[in-house]
Amino acid sequence: MLELTNIRKAFNQGRHNEYWALDGIELAIPEKQVTALRGPSGSGKTTLLTILGCLARPTEGRVRLKGEDISGLPERFLTEIRRQTFGFIFQQFNLVRGMSAIDNVILSAYPTGRPRKDLLLKAESLLAGVDLGHRRDAKVEWLSGGEQQRVAICRALINDPELLIADEPTANLDTRLSKEFLAILERLADSGRTIVLTSHDPMVVESDVVDFIVSLRDGKIVDEK
Amino acid sequence: MNTWIEKQRHLIDFTLASLARRKGKNLGLLFIYTLLVFVLASVALYTHALRTEAQKVLAGTPEIVLQRLVAGRHDLIPPGYIEQIGRIRGVQKKEGRLWGYYYDSVVKANYTFMAPRDLKIERGEIIVGPALERSRGLAAGNGISFRSYSGELHTFIIADVLPQNSELVSADLVLMHEADFRAFFKYPEGHFTDVAMSVANPQEIKNVAIKLMDSLPDSRPILRDEVLRTYASIFDWREGIMLALLSAAILAFGIFAWEKAAGLSAEEKREIGILKAIGWETGDVIKMKFWEGLLISLTAFFAGYVAAYLHVFHFDAILFESVLKGWAVLYPRFTLPPHIDGLQVATLFFFTVFPYTAAVLVPIWRAATTDPDTVMRG
Ligand SMILES: Nc1ncnc2c1ncn2[C@@H]1O[C@H](COP(=O)(O)OP(=O)(O)OP(=O)(O)O)[C@@H](O)[C@H]1O
Ligand SMILES: [Mg+2]
Repeated sequence: MLELTNIRKAFNQGRHNEYWALDGIELAIPEKQVTALRGPSGSGKTTLLTILGCLARPTEGRVRLKGEDISGLPERFLTEIRRQTFGFIFQQFNLVRGMSAIDNVILSAYPTGRPRKDLLLKAESLLAGVDLGHRRDAKVEWLSGGEQQRVAICRALINDPELLIADEPTANLDTRLSKEFLAILERLADSGRTIVLTSHDPMVVESDVVDFIVSLRDGKIVDEK
Repeated sequence: MNTWIEKQRHLIDFTLASLARRKGKNLGLLFIYTLLVFVLASVALYTHALRTEAQKVLAGTPEIVLQRLVAGRHDLIPPGYIEQIGRIRGVQKKEGRLWGYYYDSVVKANYTFMAPRDLKIERGEIIVGPALERSRGLAAGNGISFRSYSGELHTFIIADVLPQNSELVSADLVLMHEADFRAFFKYPEGHFTDVAMSVANPQEIKNVAIKLMDSLPDSRPILRDEVLRTYASIFDWREGIMLALLSAAILAFGIFAWEKAAGLSAEEKREIGILKAIGWETGDVIKMKFWEGLLISLTAFFAGYVAAYLHVFHFDAILFESVLKGWAVLYPRFTLPPHIDGLQVATLFFFTVFPYTAAVLVPIWRAATTDPDTVMRG
């Protein structure tokens, strides 16, 4: 589904603190599978995710989505691809404070121009699907960590993305909530979505849900299985 | 097309929600902004109305007013004097005027008594300016007594009150019948206070004045240009103060806009990052912020302008009163006729709404064009 060829990513290129966070990544993300990226801190997992999710551009190399080279596309198109193809679940959840759970969920659907009524219906069923139906009008800052994450998951799903990207999804959760997350993940995987995530957590990486494990070290892939 | 409209609706929805989310901050902003527009608009409306008013005053002033000086003091124009003027070429019209000042010790104000030629007033009746109506609480039909300088009491019935529209000239007027005037001020028949003259060719005014002084050595001609200069200096002074006020307000506005341009809170930046990461285009973010800025500045503009209009035209620019005290002695109260100038509104609009919106958009644009990957890193 997604193919990376010879990806290199430099920060502060050309300056004295130039740093190559990714160095020659060759990776194919298989469709309808769960891929987990792991590696020590600073190994480039988040950087790789931003490139996979079109949030950032590689310094060198090509990104192909369904066989189509998208590395050279202008920002406008990348945004559109991002919106249509990807759903993001961030480690910090990144919800907009001061807004209700349901408003946060439909936020990423605003630019599509779908009627608000439809969006609300959709968001409601998504929230109900993660047991948050009763909290739909609560301001997100009053929700617990686990609830916030589930709101973030619903937001990632509102545009029906084919590919879900999650960075350290369980880093802010305790064991019980991590288990719940894995259950949701399993459901999403069963519904035929492609999922890429990063994690330090052996419970996530080694769970049955994960189909492929990619290990990174110093910006290079050291192991795939 | 439908999706486009729906999209704008979403944007506006979100804008309103995001304004409401930072209610305190936005209300504070709106308040300061409105206040600045209010000061700017008040100054603009005030000076403009003042100038229009001054023009009206001057339009009614004769080209030359001839006074007679005896032993350095202003004296009456005796009979036969006006006929002598007739022989000077270039003088088109000349008429003796009857007017005098009267000090009302009750309200400590000066009135101008006048016997107009072109207005028919019955004997024993007067027509008064609005200042008198206000200060003495009088209305048409009431009686009022004035004590003449020789001590006798003269009683008049108020037949009418002059309209409000040009108070600058008429506020303190008391118009009466010629015979009443002569009796009150003890002017013998045929005598006048001064002579108003019109000169056909404005280039000749100076010459006429010189000829007047030659043939009537005790005369003192006052030219409209001189009056104009006196008025101009008074207006200039007031406008100068207004200008100082204006520059202060503009400066404050500049600082305000600059502050806005420089400061984008971490929270706002984070929000922009989130929106971009979850699929908002740079343009969507900018549009949303544009709506936000426009909404604030339009609200502030209209609120400020309406408040300024009421302030200047309905409350007699009461907040400027202390600044303009000097004038207030001359005219106890000073109501300007309402006047709105399209160009002025446009200028004001341009100098407030435009820079603010621009100032808001610059940092937003910078934040909105940065890569969205920053949100991935807390
Ligand atoms: N904007 C940036 N400017 C400079 N260096 C950066 C930037 N972003 C990341 N880096 C560096 O790139 C390297 C890889 O960072 P990255 O966040 O991808 O690591 P990670 O594997 O996700 O680590 P962690 O497990 O701690 O999240 C790190 O050494 C980091 O310091
Ligand atoms: Mg990371």
